[in-house]
Amino acid sequence: MVVLLAVLVVWELAKWLGGDPWRIHGTVLGLRIDYEHLPPTHWRIADDLSLPHVWDVARAFVDPAQRNGPPLGLVLAGQALFTFREAVIGFVFGGLLGLGLAVWFVHSRLAERALVPYVVASQTVPILAISPIIVSATKAGWLSVAIVTAYLTFFPVTIGALRGLRAADQRAFELFRSYAASNRQILWLLRLPSSLPYLFAALRIAAAASVIGAIIGEIPAGIPDGLASAIINYNQYYVTAPERLWATIILCSVVGLVFVGLVKVAEGRLLRGRYRTLDLG
Amino acid sequence: MTDVGAAHPGASTPAPDVGRAVVHTTGVEKTFGTGPTAVQALEGIDLEIGEGEFVSLIGPSGCGKSTLLRLIGDLTTPSAGQILVNGKPASRARLDRDYGMVFQAPVLMDWRTIARNIELPLEIMGFPRDERARRSGELLKLVELEGFGGKHPWQLSGGMQQRVAIARALAFDPKLLLMDEPFGALDEMTRERMNLELMKIWGQTATTVVFVTHSIPEAVFLSTRVVVMSPRPGRIARIVEIDLPHQRTVETRELERYFELVTQVREALRRHEPDTTTMDELEAARIRAEGLG
Repeated sequence: MVVLLAVLVVWELAKWLGGDPWRIHGTVLGLRIDYEHLPPTHWRIADDLSLPHVWDVARAFVDPAQRNGPPLGLVLAGQALFTFREAVIGFVFGGLLGLGLAVWFVHSRLAERALVPYVVASQTVPILAISPIIVSATKAGWLSVAIVTAYLTFFPVTIGALRGLRAADQRAFELFRSYAASNRQILWLLRLPSSLPYLFAALRIAAAASVIGAIIGEIPAGIPDGLASAIINYNQYYVTAPERLWATIILCSVVGLVFVGLVKVAEGRLLRGRYRTLDLG
Repeated sequence: MTDVGAAHPGASTPAPDVGRAVVHTTGVEKTFGTGPTAVQALEGIDLEIGEGEFVSLIGPSGCGKSTLLRLIGDLTTPSAGQILVNGKPASRARLDRDYGMVFQAPVLMDWRTIARNIELPLEIMGFPRDERARRSGELLKLVELEGFGGKHPWQLSGGMQQRVAIARALAFDPKLLLMDEPFGALDEMTRERMNLELMKIWGQTATTVVFVTHSIPEAVFLSTRVVVMSPRPGRIARIVEIDLPHQRTVETRELERYFELVTQVREALRRHEPDTTTMDELEAARIRAEGLG
């Protein structure tokens, strides 16, 4: 909260020092205010086109998106919800795929040796390039968007879970060996429980990535109901209404933050009191 | 004929009395690594441990005492020789869940409560829920941790955690208890108290115990026999019979015979003073070998 406030202050300070001239005039509590500010210098990055005033961005949420239409904030919220849904579904796909791969790798050296390089390589391919291919190959509307999202989210989960599934003390594995425990019992009673803190750290990264994945996936899918269409739309009108793109950006990040926050809540519910050190940073 | 040794003692193995021995090793060798970097950890280990005995393995680090314990528990396999546990090959005994294991660290599962930690082996072995609860209740009482069943491991002190580990090892009534320096990480006072408690538990459960330690007083106080080992390569240097009264109490540590036996073990150890450089070599080879496997 303090950081947010500081960002806003720095933002307006930059505009105060190097933005475009601006004036306030109107009547507040019966007092006529007429104030004009002429910044001492001029910085390109602080002008009204690059950095609209905080209040202009705030007002963009309330102003109607189209003449006589509902406020932009409401329209964006609807689009955000749509994108969020895609992100969640992709996150679940990706999470299950990631965890499944990790469980497979932990039981098969051969599979790990053979496939981990490709798992890593999959993330070096620009998602921007691969998403149109996925979308045109699957032709499944929002479902293909979820697949693009899963493509982006399975990776941190695989890596995190793989680490977590091996995190238990070597002696604990020997203890299970002394009980003649089956591989399945070792998985459920030792590997999975000790992987949870690692898994959740990975899921938080995956949650943030899933929103990006959903937005990128929407572009080639040509989905008009999500945040991607808002971004493209307000990009085109940036010269006349930059505050709208800013408002959209803010909402995108809010969606990501909410998602990460939900994962953290689940983590707290599931792990608190059951694990010694729980760093919910 | 599966139980070779038990059915016909002496028929296929030269040793007599295999049937009654809980642990029986013949000519056991263990080499870590291969080629020029290979290090022999154990050589010619012939040892027989009878039912109800409490046998300590003592020796300087690198003498292979932990390795021997791990061989008995089938946590690693011998390079040569034979190990029988309850008359069966060690691997069979492990699959039959014939022994409980206690390590130097308690190795408790953080996410399980104390009671559920004790129940872990029972859960793996498929005991019904109420049976498990009854057993963990009894064991909590045995190790004097009643009222701690609902706590998590990190909420207990080191000594208490080790008591939980012992309770867990006893949960399924194993005929054999393998303990690898279980009190090595505890302070002297806690260790002495734990020794007394272990004696009490041993008296109540009539389990056979193989106990690895590097503390001479601990070995003498607890054991019916102390196996003194020497390094380079690990061998049995001497076996000291501990003819102290069966009931070990605080007074035991003040008996003259106790001090005599402590001196005996100490001298047996001194006669086989190790060469430190090779000890490090052995340790390094062991770590290399285990890292590979």
